[in-house]
Amino acid sequence: MIKKLIVILFTTFTLIANVSASSDGELLLEKNNPSEVKECFENINRASFAFNQVLDGILFKPVASVYKKLPSPIKSGVSNSLDNLSNLVTIPNNLLQGDFALAGANTGRFLINTTVGVLGLVDVAQHLGMTDYNKEDYGQSLAKAGVGPGCYIVLPILGPSTARDTVASVANFFGGDAWYNVTVKNDTHYFRDIDYYSSKITGGVDFRAKNFDALENLEKNSLDFYASVKSLYLQDRQQKILNVKKIIDTQNDSDWEEIEDQQ
Amino acid sequence: MKLNKILLIIAIYFLSLNNSFSIEPDIFVQSTVNRASKILSENLTKEKKIEELKKIAIETVDIKGIGFYTLGSARKNLSDEQKKRYSELFEKYFLKSFSSRLAEYTNPEIDVFGKEVLNDKYTIVNSLLKGTSERPEVKIDWRIYTKSKENPLIRDLIIEGLSLARTQKEEFSSILDSNDGNIEALFKTLKEFANNQ
Repeated sequence: MIKKLIVILFTTFTLIANVSASSDGELLLEKNNPSEVKECFENINRASFAFNQVLDGILFKPVASVYKKLPSPIKSGVSNSLDNLSNLVTIPNNLLQGDFALAGANTGRFLINTTVGVLGLVDVAQHLGMTDYNKEDYGQSLAKAGVGPGCYIVLPILGPSTARDTVASVANFFGGDAWYNVTVKNDTHYFRDIDYYSSKITGGVDFRAKNFDALENLEKNSLDFYASVKSLYLQDRQQKILNVKKIIDTQNDSDWEEIEDQQ
Repeated sequence: MKLNKILLIIAIYFLSLNNSFSIEPDIFVQSTVNRASKILSENLTKEKKIEELKKIAIETVDIKGIGFYTLGSARKNLSDEQKKRYSELFEKYFLKSFSSRLAEYTNPEIDVFGKEVLNDKYTIVNSLLKGTSERPEVKIDWRIYTKSKENPLIRDLIIEGLSLARTQKEEFSSILDSNDGNIEALFKTLKEFANNQ
């Protein structure tokens, strides 16, 4: 079953992905435009989405509703630790994207926060005035290399993704994530498998709690919740790839202009 | 000579009149937010709050413009009668969705801290929704339509870089796609939303 899924993903990926050696901002913007991402398996995606909603209702939502009531220092400590661990994937991707200065800065951030910041619980680097931290992953590196997103996919448990990002995430299990390497892949005697999986589950709960009201609100007021989540996910993904948080770069003004002409 | 003087005085009068009514987009956003915050913090029933918020939305949001933007390319195929029906249905849907989203918040504190003029017609106003113990702070940008300087209107809210108008547009597009582009199906969904929730 998993083999089949990988074959389907790989085929989709290779068929649709359009690799080019160089890519500028305009091309990146165009390729990762949410409206350009193809919906190849809508029925399967919707079924997977429905499954995730059930799982959310019986697991993530109840846990997140308790978690969000914890005192702020505990929540920010957990959130900081998870961000700190994510440096282990961000740094190699900074290097892959040619951002050597950023890789150096993030290595410094990781070392300071892991030691002085007590295993990342306190974001000491931020207090020292280091630049804002932006997570990077293998999907973003592939996108920067010119690979298009391929089809939109909703993964069971893991949620929204694209063919490119799903295939790229496999790199984490083949040496691309030092945290996975020291917990699951290799027996280091310091960590166990459970450390890795619990960090991932905690990450899910932390995300759910941070967006608790926003998601409830969105679900209640959506005409098509699946389509809303897809749009928001792909917009967010596009911004992460471009490393911007500005709508000016992501919304085509000509759409509005056309309305002017019609009114 | 006398006529010239009179014309000059009239021109200056109109120019000054025009200036005095022109509203800066950032001041417009801050005052809109303050009005909404006041209502949300008052001791009113939820229904009353929603009613008051709707009034503010009608005054400050370009609902018709957002409606046509949201419809995307499908708007080109509509008859005048369908456009009229759509605008009416969209307004009901929008006001209900918008006000019930906002009514969940109690006393939100939003500070406007900057603006970026895109062109004559658009300015992006930057603001920050202050964090609480339950949620982190949220960056909100406002796309303000400034074609009429005296009457700026909100056309989009961009929350942490995610556009609500764009999300709504893709949602509507999905409904149309699932129904072979049948606009009546969208009308039905809008009507149900407005009536049922």
